Amino acid sequence: MTFNLGPVVLVLLFAVVPIIGIVLGLNSPGLRSRIPIWVAVFAGLIPILAMYIPKGFLSGQTGMSQRMDDWLIILAGFALLLGIVNVLQNNFKKVARRDSGWFFSVVLLIGLFVTGGAGIYGAVTKIGIGFNPDGSPTPFKYLTDWFFQPLQSTIFALLAFFMASAAFRAFRARNVEATILLVAAGLVMVGRVPIIELLAVPFPSLHASAASASQAMGKLTEWIMDVPNGAAQSGIIIGAALGAASMALRVILGIERGYLGLGKGE
Amino acid sequence: MNLIGLFLAANVFAAPIDAPATPPPDLPLPQNLIAKDKPGDSGGAVILRWTDPASLPAGAEIEVLRAEPPANEWQPLDKVPAGTGTYTDTSVKDGTAYRYGVRTSLAAVDSTGAVSVAASTSAPVVSEPVSSHDNWFKIERTNSFVASILFVIIILGSIQVARSGKEIFIRRIPGLNAIDEAIGRATEVGKKVMYIPGIQSMDEIQTVASVAILGNVARSTARYGTDLDVPNKDPLTFASAREVVRSAYLAEGRPDLFREEMVNYVTYDQFAFTAAVSARMTREKPAAIFLIGYFFAESLILAETGQSTGAIQIAGQADPTQLPFFVATCDYTLIGEELYAASAYLTREPVLLGSIRGQDIAKGILILIAIIGVVLVSIHVLDLSPFLRTQ
Repeated sequence: MTFNLGPVVLVLLFAVVPIIGIVLGLNSPGLRSRIPIWVAVFAGLIPILAMYIPKGFLSGQTGMSQRMDDWLIILAGFALLLGIVNVLQNNFKKVARRDSGWFFSVVLLIGLFVTGGAGIYGAVTKIGIGFNPDGSPTPFKYLTDWFFQPLQSTIFALLAFFMASAAFRAFRARNVEATILLVAAGLVMVGRVPIIELLAVPFPSLHASAASASQAMGKLTEWIMDVPNGAAQSGIIIGAALGAASMALRVILGIERGYLGLGKGE
Repeated sequence: MNLIGLFLAANVFAAPIDAPATPPPDLPLPQNLIAKDKPGDSGGAVILRWTDPASLPAGAEIEVLRAEPPANEWQPLDKVPAGTGTYTDTSVKDGTAYRYGVRTSLAAVDSTGAVSVAASTSAPVVSEPVSSHDNWFKIERTNSFVASILFVIIILGSIQVARSGKEIFIRRIPGLNAIDEAIGRATEVGKKVMYIPGIQSMDEIQTVASVAILGNVARSTARYGTDLDVPNKDPLTFASAREVVRSAYLAEGRPDLFREEMVNYVTYDQFAFTAAVSARMTREKPAAIFLIGYFFAESLILAETGQSTGAIQIAGQADPTQLPFFVATCDYTLIGEELYAASAYLTREPVLLGSIRGQDIAKGILILIAIIGVVLVSIHVLDLSPFLRTQ
């Protein structure tokens, strides 16, 4: 039997050290508040070390970095339970207090129990959440296909209308910058669809000219997207990447504590 | 002897053109075979290198063989075209000593085009026993490692400068200045502040930055006694956000104002979350809406709904794909790095400001390298891109 260093180190860092910290911190709030910082420091350092150190215990298939990803899934599972409890508490409270929109909470709770019940039924009867042995959909599958997915698609479809209203607001030529945006957007839109050819349909003598004009617009569109737009996007991406690296470094060094609810000196 | 030679020659000349070629009596062997563990990997790979013979007949290939304990019998592994000179075996077990052999083989093609005969030198050139193992450093990431070390040194140096008390200038960020204005307006009209920390989990650095900003927003709402609503899509973000808001109210000495339902969980589904939050915006009409974190397709739906309610909207995202939607619909947008600078900007902690300065120095160096690279490649002196490429 070979000794696997990775799990031992993980248990030491994420179980033993925090437990010791909690015990020692019973009489020292300062020490207690440092425990999450240490956990964040370890959790941040391990994937970075795994980037450069290809040792099996660190970055292998069952190494510390991979195991931490697995732990995240387990942790998220428990956090999801916490979320469901929160949904139940908030909505039951709303219904009990007859808050504004309490009826929506009733609909939500019915949806939660019916869908959850259908899922549990599939698990208990060992049918699962897909199809019955005769090929018909299980109750869970039926709910997903005939209620949930159409509702999802409806919300997603709203995007088209919101895009039009946002574009209308963004493209109003209020100042020089907005005018440049309007002109660029107009050129890109004309270049992306064969509008010039469409306009030339009633005039056969203009077909050839319209086709070449459309091609030229296509090239201009590509240039706008690749050169000015691409350059601006690269600038944002480089800045954001450095910002993210700097933020990550602050988290790893324990300087950035705002995400833990800790302020200066805490 | 001459009779046999004549007989063979007659047979050769009598044979059809595309009949299997008779293997040459002695194909030249590859030379200088070296087998070693592949450097800079996680193990499970052995790399072979050899020198091809000077003159090989057309269609010649190099056959790679492997002998594995305990049987130690030669097993064909693969064939590579002549001139390759290298082969990586990725099917090895770490710690097992293998022997490798290479020999020249010649494929013969019949009239139908199928490979019918593979003639080869009988005895391969054999390597020393070799075993693979995991290594301590990924060589192909040396450039990234050096850049990271330099970046860390610059950041730590800047933090040290900030700690020494030197004044650090940070440019005005209108979106962050507007936070207090937005919360102030919500307080005036007696409506709530809504903060959406994106839809990603805490393993996304933008969410971490957003939750840090949420702490500052929560402190302000606690100070002004304004109601706060933080709907969440991700359960881990929900747990973190709740702790941050609770701590903020405690730090401001107003734990009585904190209610558990301020930070609430909605659903894990993207569009169900969008529908629920949009409906809440429409019904409850918050006076200020913060959309800070990582958003996807729901960004425009949420921002447009918020806009239609007349709320002051402050958005922030580092990913450029959704930024145009926020710019078009929100009053203020934190673009790219501004999102990560928010925590330092709002708290004015010298240590955090120092890291922002270090980040700007690193950006300056990158711009300089980009300019030098463009000049060098334009005048055909040197292409820097192979040195900057990471794997």
